[in-house]
Amino acid sequence: MPDSNKLRMQLTCPMPKLDFDIITLGHGSGGVLTNKLLDSGVFDLLTNDILEERHDGAIINMNEKIAFSTDSFLVSPIFFPGGNIGELAVNGTVNDLAMCGAVPKYLSLSFILEEGLKMTEFWEVLVAIKFACENANVKVVTGDTKVVEKGKGDKIFINTSGIGNVHPKANIGKTRIQIGDKIIVSGNIATHGMAIMSIREGLEFESTIQSDTTNLNHTIINLIEQFGNDIHLLTDPTRGGIATVLKEIALTSDFGVDIFQRDLPMDDQVASACELLGIDPLYVANEGLFLSFVDASIANSFLEVLQNDKNGKNAKIIGSVVDTHPNQVILESSIGGKRVVSMLPGEQLPRIC
Amino acid sequence: MKHMNEYRDPELAKLYLEKIAKTVTQPWSIMEVCGGQTHSLVKNGIIDMLPKDITMIHGPGCPVCVTSLSLIDKAIHLAVNENVILCSFGDMLRVPGSKISLLEAKAKGAAIRILYSPLEAVKIAGDNPDREVVFFAVGFETTAPANALSVIHAHRKGLSNYSILASHVLVPPAMEAVINDKESKIDGFLAAGHVCTIMGNAEYYPLSSQYKVPIVVTGFEPIDILQGILMVVRQLEQKKYVVENQYARIVREEGNTAAQKVIFEVFEIKDQTWRGIGTIPKSGYAVKEKYASYDANKKFSITIDEAPEHPECISGEIMKGIKKPFECPQFGKKCKPSFPLGAPMVSSEGACAAYFHFSGSVEV
Amino acid sequence: MCLAIPGKIKSIDLQYNNSVRMAKVVFGGITKEVSLEMLPDADIGDYVLVHVGVAISKVDEEEAYKTFKYLEEIGELGELEDVEDYLPKKEGL
Repeated sequence: MPDSNKLRMQLTCPMPKLDFDIITLGHGSGGVLTNKLLDSGVFDLLTNDILEERHDGAIINMNEKIAFSTDSFLVSPIFFPGGNIGELAVNGTVNDLAMCGAVPKYLSLSFILEEGLKMTEFWEVLVAIKFACENANVKVVTGDTKVVEKGKGDKIFINTSGIGNVHPKANIGKTRIQIGDKIIVSGNIATHGMAIMSIREGLEFESTIQSDTTNLNHTIINLIEQFGNDIHLLTDPTRGGIATVLKEIALTSDFGVDIFQRDLPMDDQVASACELLGIDPLYVANEGLFLSFVDASIANSFLEVLQNDKNGKNAKIIGSVVDTHPNQVILESSIGGKRVVSMLPGEQLPRIC
Repeated sequence: MKHMNEYRDPELAKLYLEKIAKTVTQPWSIMEVCGGQTHSLVKNGIIDMLPKDITMIHGPGCPVCVTSLSLIDKAIHLAVNENVILCSFGDMLRVPGSKISLLEAKAKGAAIRILYSPLEAVKIAGDNPDREVVFFAVGFETTAPANALSVIHAHRKGLSNYSILASHVLVPPAMEAVINDKESKIDGFLAAGHVCTIMGNAEYYPLSSQYKVPIVVTGFEPIDILQGILMVVRQLEQKKYVVENQYARIVREEGNTAAQKVIFEVFEIKDQTWRGIGTIPKSGYAVKEKYASYDANKKFSITIDEAPEHPECISGEIMKGIKKPFECPQFGKKCKPSFPLGAPMVSSEGACAAYFHFSGSVEV
Repeated sequence: MCLAIPGKIKSIDLQYNNSVRMAKVVFGGITKEVSLEMLPDADIGDYVLVHVGVAISKVDEEEAYKTFKYLEEIGELGELEDVEDYLPKKEGL
């Protein structure tokens, strides 16, 4: 998040006075300390009528067709340029629901805290969660907190699950992809992964690269309302980057994918960082980014609408679905050569040679 | 980025490709010595753009790939069994030793850190006075000054808990070994531009005249490589065999003399074992006696025997350019980047891994 | 390959009791601290090639320009296209 937002958060949600300043095992015991932790302001921060029931589960009304998604979040360090694990956990699940064509409504929020976590850090994460929920217009309706011994966690792990109603105009699925579909990326690639890399010990560099984590649901719903049935697939290329997502889609279908390196939007600093560390941006994680497979007939107008959205200023058509090489993703390099894009064996490591 | 993006111009690439096609009149085999050039060739799809008469042969130029099994085993042993923080470049981590890789050792709890620069390892040693810090110093001549510099920095700071596990390989002796191999059929070389940045071009003159091969010192961007290929082909077609410098914006005739001084302050030349090839005389660096206390080989007196290579791996033939990766019966079958049988499949710079990633194999 | 990329020296300072020249080098907008010990002559504004945190060569601008003149030089360009189109701009990214 931008620094101005961070300041706003600290001003609107100062940490309450507490008689403890670190998390201990007792805070996850379910007893007095757990209640003390929750009453310290967690409930106030995330308050809504369903959460206030303080029951083990939430009872909610939903329409017939709902989307349901879950994701766990572990990022090291938990604070990074452009955000923290809290908003990542909200945005991640919100976006997974949005990719189903759903309007996200309710989230569960489950913490695994490491003994010794500073309460100030936990508070900052909680405040980020509150604002991320407000931005996405979702409510946390049920939750859980557990504490693990020092050394058995990495400060804080978060699981969120979410549900939302599928938009009546949405008709999204891999089987809907057709030969000729255009593939549109909503913005600059590889930003989140390189923001994290910029502060990784031993590899760090100075930059103004900020994670692109954000909620995409309003952007997506706007597109669905305008283009409905012509949007065939939406997917967010988080871990593994756009190469992995495209390859997965190609592998589970009977068509191929062509993409063009010259059309891949990327920030100059991100591109330079990738060159410095020998990392292929195609495989770097993204957060507030999505790929759309849309009917060729609407591709240009879809792009125009997206480029007018705050989350799509750098959107571009990067390729298309073809029948010439089933299961393969082929990239045309900037000098016009062709190569196959495959999955990486494991985590991408910086290289010297 | 300036001095980089201009060498990726598609229109200029087209001009070079047209010019190469016009110049070639018969089949030629050209070896790019350096793994970085292999990477650039496949990543940019250049191989398929070249005229059919030109065959690119991928040389042994990946220091990560040719680091011997016993050294990897030793690094793993240090990280697992001793009070050591083992620091390494990222590409070394996935390379399997005789049993496991450093990445697997890390998963088992060994203290292993990935660094961008060996100078960072010296800082870590300063911050952790109660731990031994070992830098796994792999590399060609290009990396030798930085690795040597780390020893000098540690010495200057008076650190007694820093050492390097040196696995340095030298390019010219390997080129000579490749030319000398009866089975190899190489007509010309693209020499490794960044190695020459340090060492200069002098070592290549005797090779070129003695074996009658054109050697063109070449950079790494697509236009560099295409220009290098054109320069080799022009020589071959004109029956000329000299050393030329395509990468003159970076490589000086005499190399970087300050860097050479640093190298030979810390290192001396020794015979070196290359994974997949064997021992090549005078093809590596060892830490000099003067800096013995910074030599992990001496500091930790462990001997680890050289483990045998996988019997089905034909990496020697691959790295000498006798066979192409896909001519290996195990390529993409038993042998994949996630389960490499031998050296060239282990790093993305290795010829087999480069082919695997960019040339159509699917790993599910 | 020995991954090395060119960057521009933004500032230079002396470390380790003034014995070591370290520089801030800018690569397309990101900055990294780099040792200048192998390039005693390098100065602010120079483009240098950096490998694993050490600057190993100064980019020779004149030679860089010549790379783009090569096709013209070997006298085969006329029929293809005008090389001036491909000459690098004075100041890139």
